Amino acid sequence: MSKSVLLKSSLAKKYWMALTGLFLCLFLVGHLAGNLQLLKAGEEGRRAFNEYAYFMAHNPVVKILSYLTYISIIFHVIDGFLLFAQNRKARPVKYAHTRPQENSSFASRNMALLGTLILVFIVTHMQNFWYKAKISNGPFPLHTLVKEIDNQEYDPATGAIVNKKQDVKLYLLTNGQYQMIDLEDKDNIELRHNTEIYSKKLDVKVAEGYKDLHSLTTAFFGHDNSKYGFPKNDLATVAVIFYVVSMLVLIFHLWHGFSSAFQSLGLRSKKYAPIIITVGKIFAVVVPVLFAVIPVYLYLTK
Amino acid sequence: MKLNLKIWRQKGPNDKGSMVSYPIENIDGDMSFLEMLDILNDQLVEKGDDPVAFDHDCREGICGMCSLYINGEAHGPDRGITTCQLHMRKFNDGDTIYIEPWRAKAFPVIKDLMVDRSAFDRIMAAGGFVSVNTSGNTQDANAIPIPKDDADEAFNAATCIGCGACVASCVNSSAMLFVSAKVSQLALLPQGQIEAMDRVKNMVAVMDEEGFGNCSNTGACEVECPKEISLENIARMNREFLKASFVK
Ligand code: HEM
Ligand code: SF4
Ligand code: FES
Repeated sequence: MSKSVLLKSSLAKKYWMALTGLFLCLFLVGHLAGNLQLLKAGEEGRRAFNEYAYFMAHNPVVKILSYLTYISIIFHVIDGFLLFAQNRKARPVKYAHTRPQENSSFASRNMALLGTLILVFIVTHMQNFWYKAKISNGPFPLHTLVKEIDNQEYDPATGAIVNKKQDVKLYLLTNGQYQMIDLEDKDNIELRHNTEIYSKKLDVKVAEGYKDLHSLTTAFFGHDNSKYGFPKNDLATVAVIFYVVSMLVLIFHLWHGFSSAFQSLGLRSKKYAPIIITVGKIFAVVVPVLFAVIPVYLYLTK
Repeated sequence: MKLNLKIWRQKGPNDKGSMVSYPIENIDGDMSFLEMLDILNDQLVEKGDDPVAFDHDCREGICGMCSLYINGEAHGPDRGITTCQLHMRKFNDGDTIYIEPWRAKAFPVIKDLMVDRSAFDRIMAAGGFVSVNTSGNTQDANAIPIPKDDADEAFNAATCIGCGACVASCVNSSAMLFVSAKVSQLALLPQGQIEAMDRVKNMVAVMDEEGFGNCSNTGACEVECPKEISLENIARMNREFLKASFVK
């Protein structure tokens, strides 16, 4: 393999564009599968989503995939801008009059613009969730459930045993149980790495909770989860519109990008071209639409 | 027909150039586009003006010299034809017609509507051939059996006349359709196999050096190509190049 061709030549840039782009398509599927848990109602849905998020953060295979995703995005963006800059330089004097709509699609001619808008979305989205959940230090509210229980109490005035309603806070633990834990009991219990509950005396981990990412998400799109530590987002309407419009941009990027990647890799023939193009268009619409349904649904059910 | 032509005028490679309007009358729908320009030039010469310079040779769609960007499209609004095969009946009385040269860094303007397409020649010189001994003992072509489908496919690729409309119509000024047609016509035949890997690598290298843009697979080239060269050729070249990059 000669040194430069697989990095420098125009075709090589396209191979990398295609490989990273297709890997990102795969990432979208995985990400979507998890996010769809947000459509499940009630405590069950909340639990499913938080358990899924825990799995994504702790599984070693997923970790490798997530690093590949970061690398792919960075590579795809840098390569995309390089291609764009070269392509602009290749026509220093513009035409006075062009009719590009006669021979090509809007998306195909504006991949860099669409990509840049997606980049703006990715950065905002990571600030909205990824940064809050993973990077910013400080305590993160755990998955808790406030439950009303009957408490039998002795009433000294009458001498009778009476039933009194009482609220208790249960923590969902990684062993699957809901348990009462008194985190205020600083002498005996310590919270480490946000979620791990340690016995101070024994210096061992006794349990682990879940970060309540579900409440973070639903609060972001307008639900009032104050009781779980997440007041509702006043800009939820703006957020929902921004997320939906961004998914529309993604539709355009993938409408051209999906089949284009196969062409770049040389995987096009008379026999398979129509299939790849059709699958690409279905993918380009279905995946972003399902993504967009989530914030809209959360907003409407707040 | 009465028309309003807006034509790019540029005295030489270093002149800045601009669009100039020329009204023209009595144009017949059966005239070819180049005949219409001949009439304009006659009138300009009679007035003592400099005639509009444009490339042409065969005027029957086989040489690839004519190269006008007409009303925003390479070779004008019709499909599967060169500029010399475009008829004036495709336009209406009173139309304004923009006529510009191919625009690409790799195709510098020589004068008016003529551009220098020698970049294509340099790409061809880098590998668009098979090295055969022609010293009087040339083998009969039919001695090598070739499947009909391959022969047809190779022939289709070989119909590329090197006009450059693909570059002109591409937003990125990419020469991929041309280069891939030239790579394909040989890659599909046994005679082309011996030099296949060097060919694709060298031709792509020169294509990049000449300053053509990168392919975004918009497909504009395939639509505007007078010979309807297929995008499949680009995919084939991408395969050939990938293979060659790993092996050699
Ligand atoms: C989830 C995010 C993204 C996915 C799934 C994705 C997917 C793709 C795919 C499959 C292609 C086609 C590759 C090819 O033609 O060979 C592509 C092309 C492209 N992408 Fe993305 N992309 C994403 C984000 C971005 C971002 C953030 C940018 C930022 C600049 C970007 C810029 C581009 C450009 C410029 C091209 C066209 C390259 C060319 O043909 O010249 N993309 N993308
Ligand atoms: S591929 Fe078509 S448009 Fe390009 S040079 Fe050949 S004939 Fe002209
Ligand atoms: S003049 Fe030869 S193809 Fe038009």
